Amino acid sequence: MADFWSGYALPTAIIVAQILAIVLPLLLAVAYLTYAERKVIASMQMRRGPNVVGPFGLLQPIADGVKLLFKETIIPAGANRVVFVAAPMITFTLSLVAWAVIPFGEGIVLADINVGILYLFAISSLGVYGVVMAGWASNSKYPFLGALRSAAQMVSYEVSIGFVMVTVLLCVGSLNLSDIVNAQRTIWFAVPLLPMFVIFFISALAETNRAPFDLPESESELVAGYFSEYSSMTFALFFLGEYANMILMSASTTILFLGGWLPPLDIAPFNWIPGPIWFGAKIALVLFGFLWVRATFPRYRYDQLMRLGWKVFLPFTLFWLMVTAGVLVAFDWLPK
Amino acid sequence: MSVLQRGAKSLLLSELVTGLGLTFRYIFKPKVTLNYPYEKGPLSPRFRGEHALRRYPNGEERCIACKLCEAICPALAITIEAEPREDGSRRTTRYDIDMTKCIYCGLCQEACPVDAIVEGPNFEFATETREELFYNKEKLLANGDRWEPELAANLAADAPYR
Amino acid sequence: MIVQSLAFYLFAAVTLASGVMVISARNPVHSVLFLILAFFNSAGLFVLLGAEFLAMILVVVYVGAVAVLFLFVVMMLDINFAELRQGFMTYLPVGALVGLILVVELLLVVGGWAVHPTAAMMSGAPTAPGSLTNTEAIGQVLYTRYFYLFQAAGLILLVAMVGAIVLTLRHREVRRQSIGRQVSRRAGDTLEVKDVPTGSGI
Repeated sequence: MADFWSGYALPTAIIVAQILAIVLPLLLAVAYLTYAERKVIASMQMRRGPNVVGPFGLLQPIADGVKLLFKETIIPAGANRVVFVAAPMITFTLSLVAWAVIPFGEGIVLADINVGILYLFAISSLGVYGVVMAGWASNSKYPFLGALRSAAQMVSYEVSIGFVMVTVLLCVGSLNLSDIVNAQRTIWFAVPLLPMFVIFFISALAETNRAPFDLPESESELVAGYFSEYSSMTFALFFLGEYANMILMSASTTILFLGGWLPPLDIAPFNWIPGPIWFGAKIALVLFGFLWVRATFPRYRYDQLMRLGWKVFLPFTLFWLMVTAGVLVAFDWLPK
Repeated sequence: MSVLQRGAKSLLLSELVTGLGLTFRYIFKPKVTLNYPYEKGPLSPRFRGEHALRRYPNGEERCIACKLCEAICPALAITIEAEPREDGSRRTTRYDIDMTKCIYCGLCQEACPVDAIVEGPNFEFATETREELFYNKEKLLANGDRWEPELAANLAADAPYR
Repeated sequence: MIVQSLAFYLFAAVTLASGVMVISARNPVHSVLFLILAFFNSAGLFVLLGAEFLAMILVVVYVGAVAVLFLFVVMMLDINFAELRQGFMTYLPVGALVGLILVVELLLVVGGWAVHPTAAMMSGAPTAPGSLTNTEAIGQVLYTRYFYLFQAAGLILLVAMVGAIVLTLRHREVRRQSIGRQVSRRAGDTLEVKDVPTGSGI
């Protein structure tokens, strides 16, 4: 019996506690990301944004969440019920499970697996299923069109994201996320690989269906895209999943290019601040970039989106990958 | 512009960066919107908001049941029934406005010979049910009593132009 | 160990069950979704074997790319299922024969396959512990011993891709947008502002 407690129950309890320690702050961050989005875009448009519920409108996301919770869940008569309900769950779950490998600080990571970056890539490539299933199961034309757009878009931009990741891997020599961060002690990869950083950021926008690539949910053409038929908690799960994915992509940008939890300079005032705070601050910076872009640029046309993905980013990343490999080999800088 | 210059410009995303810079500068500009429920914009004396039936200063209701407003209402939102009162004066027994039909054109107040039906400055009368928007005479008179100072001031301000 | 066995039986059972569902589901979209589930659980089995690189690649390539295209095609198909099922009984003998041959072949292969005595010990850690991650191990084998085969596989894929493009590419007379030209065009190239006096033309 004691064996059971120390061998199974205790480790399980610890793991559950660790998972909660990641998921709960994450969900809170998602809630306040919606608030930040509304505030940032409002101020860029000379508006005020939410400011009535609570001080500075800080309780607005909670009010929104409670409102969604009390709404009725509507399942359309022609919908494929099982798939219709499963789709938001898949989206939401996938946006959470990827956080298992994200290192928040030196050694502060739930599962320090040695193919961490591939795991991230695999999970983000699965994200398309929630969208496609939702669009198909709704049995409605706008969601279906939205799902088709989204599937094509996410598959296309995954290719360039893959090449960018490979470029970073060449410079690190490991697939482990902690190793990737530690390899940036001398200089963040955003500096030597600046073009790849920009491409990764833009592809991340496309991958998360954010403006200016938010064609799958372009309200002027497709009502709300793939989740037009969703309401209440099923809608909320999509919403949470989408925003959690945004934070996830920001986190991977931070890990790959902005030195993860490392301070910008390893000198006195900077390295007093603990790593997780630096990590959070960098994520917030990238997320601000997401919102900033949304407030600035108009939506792309679909053929332009595809052109950018296949005819610009794919050749460019491939070219830059070979240049990087060439430079690393020529100067014998390959990581051992 | 040479090809080189153009290429450099598009590779460095200079136009995108310019746009981002513009939106960033706008963060620090003063807000142009009002903090609405706490701040409100100015209203013209001619503003056509919620309806009210006014009274004379002695408490007698102004409406004489001439039904001109009912006749002119383009949305057929007004319903009036009238009977002589005990003192022999002509008064309405029923004065209903269906606020869900009303188009706030202001023709009723133009038609009224005694300034009884007016559209006041109040525009915050949203309700939770439809039924609450079917105004009857009591509601309209209560509105008149509540808004009388503003209504009188608006009428006085607009009088020189009538 | 109990947890690992439980995980193995869970993954294996789900893989088999979804494999059966792939061929028995009435709706082809459900079939593809079950196929994805099967892929996913086989990735889980790879992880249990200690081949996490293969597991991730399986998910990225098969689930993330190939199955999406399957789903894409199947979703847009408009199939009459009753018609599809009509010939089922007539083709059953042929199908059963092919299946039987396959089973016999599999039995022959598995029956004649002597498992190396140390393999059971190695299965938990395919590479010697501490020396190499299995990503590096695969890379070292792939780019040395199997280099030509690897390149040949790449070439075959390239040829298939070129073939697909050749088959589908048609040069139609469409006006295409040249973004570079549009962006580099200046107002002065196409516009001229003239001051037109009233009553007279240009």
